[in-house]
Amino acid sequence: MDKDFAARRRRDLIIAAVLAVIAALTPLFVKDVVVQNILILTLMYAGLSQSWNILSGYCGQISLGHALYFGLGAYTTELLFTKFGVLPWFGMLAGGVVSALIAMGLGYPFFRLRGHYFVIATIVIAEIGLLLFHNWEWAGAAMGITIPIRGDSWLKFQFLRTKLPYFYFALALCCLAWFVTWWLENSKWGFWWRAVKDNPEAAESLGVDVFNSKMGAAAVSAFLVAVGGSFYAQFVSYIDPESVMGFQFSLLMALPAVLGGIGTLWGPVLGAAILIPLTELTRFKFGGSGRGVDLIVYGTLIVLISLALPRGLLSLFSRPKKTGAAR
Amino acid sequence: MGLLYGLIAVGLALIFGLMDVTNFAHGEFLMIAMYLSFFLFAFFAIDPLLSAPLVAAALFIFGAVIYLLIVRFAMRAKANAGMVQIFTTFGLAIVMRGLAQFFFTPDYRSIPQSWLGGKTISVAGIFLPEPQLVGALVSILAFAGLYFFIHRTDFGRALEATREDPGAVALVGIDKNRVFAFGWGLGAALVGLAGAIMASFFYIYPDVGASFALIAYVTVALGGFGSVFGAFAGGIIVGLVEAVTALVLPPSLKSVGIYAVYLLVVFIRPRGLFGSI
Repeated sequence: MDKDFAARRRRDLIIAAVLAVIAALTPLFVKDVVVQNILILTLMYAGLSQSWNILSGYCGQISLGHALYFGLGAYTTELLFTKFGVLPWFGMLAGGVVSALIAMGLGYPFFRLRGHYFVIATIVIAEIGLLLFHNWEWAGAAMGITIPIRGDSWLKFQFLRTKLPYFYFALALCCLAWFVTWWLENSKWGFWWRAVKDNPEAAESLGVDVFNSKMGAAAVSAFLVAVGGSFYAQFVSYIDPESVMGFQFSLLMALPAVLGGIGTLWGPVLGAAILIPLTELTRFKFGGSGRGVDLIVYGTLIVLISLALPRGLLSLFSRPKKTGAAR
Repeated sequence: MGLLYGLIAVGLALIFGLMDVTNFAHGEFLMIAMYLSFFLFAFFAIDPLLSAPLVAAALFIFGAVIYLLIVRFAMRAKANAGMVQIFTTFGLAIVMRGLAQFFFTPDYRSIPQSWLGGKTISVAGIFLPEPQLVGALVSILAFAGLYFFIHRTDFGRALEATREDPGAVALVGIDKNRVFAFGWGLGAALVGLAGAIMASFFYIYPDVGASFALIAYVTVALGGFGSVFGAFAGGIIVGLVEAVTALVLPPSLKSVGIYAVYLLVVFIRPRGLFGSI
């Protein structure tokens, strides 16, 4: 079993490296801007979903309020950039740290809650954040922030003529989130988290520090999501509360992981690779009508997939042997 | 207004609170009810107040059918049942919103001259808007009815027993699906009542449900899952808190008060005010 596990982990790492190289080469063949856009979003959501999966999948604390961290990342970066001229790279880091700290601060009261009470609390806190930013004059209130154009440069992480640098950053983010998950999966934390998810009482009695392992998961998860938020802000170069902190982001982070396989290493990537292009294509194809056909198609797909494959698409491939380590 | 939130929440209290099934499409049920009430008015000139029983009956059927067609299967999932329920009902909500946009267009509609709309009644020198007053009355009746129903009838006992242990319930000859389908129907019928009353004084558009849904979840959770009385109390508290917040903070922040009170309550009592689950 142990040997199998080590072999599987090595294989996962190799597959990931191969996939990353293939992904890195795609821009050589794909010149279409619309397609590149979809690829960037897919990679970004894969990374976000992977980060969400750390807290909600591995540790079992279902959060539908991660839009808060996404928005905090975006706002911290852009406020620092537009008001104090701090480069987005530092803003990104600052956003991550702010989000991780807030996640831990919130963790104190939140992690006492169970089940629906916890989920609703996460939705509510993100909604409070959204409303506060809506009314915060200094941060642009409902008008949001338009990021001033200072020309193409890696230093300012701003590119007007090409989308390629964004593509590579999104790829790097996705790889980072995957690698962190891969690494944590086999660490003390990874085992603690799964124990906390399956049976917190039993885990506690065996000496697992339940509270701190939840805090750790929340901090890592929030940090990575905030970096994603910073990236998104630079990518779209305009943010307002609704467009970076809306409830839909919380769902879009959760959906790929759920569709692919919650609490698994590959679930979020697989889910995002299918879901995000599908979302964008239905919007592209049917969205123009303004009659909600894209919503109908999209919603129907979600219902069908979650009914047909409650454990996610990944369960199609898994052999019984593999599930021992994944769940 | 608090009792209106209560009225929207009472159906959810039954589905979400008592049967422990997540329903993220609750707001969309409300939206459907409002449209029904609107069309009954537009085509047959039936006042929302009169059509309320019709709308409730239609939503009863709708709720039961949704349960039998979709939710039943979502509950069957063995692995992460909670997530499956969340996303199935959420997908359903998106479809319903899309359908509403497709058939009814995203335009805002309202019922111009209903019996209730825009009228006020003066009680001891205080002017009260009539729709809210009627809403409050219906809400109290609905809660009382549901309370009686759950605690005094065989069906109510069957419902609670089914949630507790579907296996044991099957042994004594209760059909889980029939009980839950009826429960879903009833929950939908209650939100149908709410929709009919709200249609007479609120704008009707495809996304209208979303704005009320989160407050309905908060109301149910604030009162505590598994308690009808809790949801009623939750509704009153939510209404009061909203009114007070609107006085102190800018109106766009009025929901913040509600959310903050929810957080405060569950931090002190992790199972809500009167929760048993």
